Amino acid sequence: MSFKIVVLAKQVPDTHNVGADAMNADGTVNRAALPTVFNPEDLKALEMALRVKDSMTDANVTVVTMGPPRAAEIIKDAKSRGADDGFVLSDARFAGADTLATSYAISQAVKQLGKVDIIFGGRQAIDGDTAQVGPQVAEKLEIPQITYAEELIAVDSKAITIRRRLERGTEVVKATLPVLVTVTSAGEDCRFPNAHRLIRQAKEEIKMINADCIDADLDRLGLKGSPTKVKKIENVVLAHKESVVLEPTEAALNELSATLIKEHIL
Amino acid sequence: MSKNNVLVYCELSEKNTIADISLELCTKGRQLATQLNCKLQAAVLGSSVKAAAESLYPYGVDEVFVADDKRLSPYRTLPHFDVLSKLIENQEPQIVLFGASSVGRDLAPRIASYLRCGLTADCTSLEIGSHEDVKTKKTYDNILLQIRPAFGGNIIATIVCPETRPQMATVREGVMKKEILDAGYKGTIIPVDIDASLDKADKAVEILSREIEEQKIDIKGAQIIVAGGYGMGSKENFELLHKFAHLIGGSVGATRAAVDAGFAEGERQIGQTGVTVRPKLYIACGISGAVQHRAGMEQSAKIISINTDPDAPINAIADYTIIGDEMTVIPQFMACYKNNLK
Repeated sequence: MSFKIVVLAKQVPDTHNVGADAMNADGTVNRAALPTVFNPEDLKALEMALRVKDSMTDANVTVVTMGPPRAAEIIKDAKSRGADDGFVLSDARFAGADTLATSYAISQAVKQLGKVDIIFGGRQAIDGDTAQVGPQVAEKLEIPQITYAEELIAVDSKAITIRRRLERGTEVVKATLPVLVTVTSAGEDCRFPNAHRLIRQAKEEIKMINADCIDADLDRLGLKGSPTKVKKIENVVLAHKESVVLEPTEAALNELSATLIKEHIL
Repeated sequence: MSKNNVLVYCELSEKNTIADISLELCTKGRQLATQLNCKLQAAVLGSSVKAAAESLYPYGVDEVFVADDKRLSPYRTLPHFDVLSKLIENQEPQIVLFGASSVGRDLAPRIASYLRCGLTADCTSLEIGSHEDVKTKKTYDNILLQIRPAFGGNIIATIVCPETRPQMATVREGVMKKEILDAGYKGTIIPVDIDASLDKADKAVEILSREIEEQKIDIKGAQIIVAGGYGMGSKENFELLHKFAHLIGGSVGATRAAVDAGFAEGERQIGQTGVTVRPKLYIACGISGAVQHRAGMEQSAKIISINTDPDAPINAIADYTIIGDEMTVIPQFMACYKNNLK
């Protein structure tokens, strides 16, 4: 049986280019109004997965994403970079999911794939920065997790050795398989799409999977299955303080420094 | 034994003392517990941690659950998950707080998944309040309002978990204040039984080696910060900021753009992806003031902006704005300061 690798990926709004219409009135994201990108850390995860595949004689990489049908774009992108297969979990019943409902849907989908040896994913997505879905999928599949991975040190059919980042250093850990690994931005950049694969991709249909295909408890999906609710959204507006504008004259700077010293600030 | 308390999961430093982030959470947890009229509890999981556990009392911790076992140190996901998830099931706290650290962000989501409860990451503020569900018109009182920037810092969201318990949140280090409540505060230690399931959890992942770097630069606790942005222009120009900071007894900070450009070390980065600081004086030099940067410094007591651009967003939150070239204004200011000290 071939070695099976799954990569969890997300198509995300490019949060560096957010406009005024980015949010719906109910506090969810208006994805239609935003340019999208392959979540950067998921690309790093894909590269680590492809390196594991390269080191094996018979390994297979499947990319799983959840989102609207256009999220098929990142599956095509991943396949043109070397992934073997992929599908989109797309269904109105998945909509409005927080990380708990998302991880439930994804873990149910992964279960349908049968035996999986390693699951890779980015540490976090740039539209939420929560870093929760990886560990939550691992818990639901009852497998160990290695978060904050930055370097693949060794892998064989039984175990993987990873260098992971801590606040004040790194540690090298070895896990027996199966395991879920989340990769940080310090991981290796993903290889470029291959022209032949790109052309082959153009004609291929990407599989869409709905809630009926993953043996799911419908109450645990989407908005209904999400314990967190958005109470309020505020756009960031600068609070204007009483601001004193000074010209850089000798007198003004002298007075400012004198004031700060007098107020025991300096 | 009472339930519905506030529980803080405490992390340990390399020296086996309670990490700063956890003391900050205990300080916040104490406020929340007082408001809710319940106990503040803490969980300390590690090896030889009695002294660390007792050091929590002055922060107003009523009960410290201590799990003392060699397999719990250093931190690994599954052993801590095994002990903490059972403790939470047992104690049924209404709120559980974690640091948004490499430990807290690894453990909290796995716990939330297991308990099927909500978890809000990287909160910048936690309050107690009420919430009315728009659809059902049901009102929930005394619940945790979890406030966090979202969407790359473009919005501030208030998140609630009305129906599920516990309500869980992570908070980054430095975002909340660490404050001793009462040096003589008396709490109790409650030992946690370790059962056989830890054995299985122990075997999955093995730490082969650890390299802990000495932290050389630490601007978190600085009372005065001289920070530079991309507008400083070069690494050489940043030298002036070091001289300035040295003169006034401050530390040098930087924006992400300045760090990315190689003007300053990563440890100096202030903002959503760097450290959060709250000095008594923050001098922003050549910083335009992107929201991600402001998130890490806007709680400074006094802000001075030195910038050639009169319309830089940072000026709006500055107490004083000096319009001019940093390379001219800073030496001028340094000279004035020296004169005034005499």
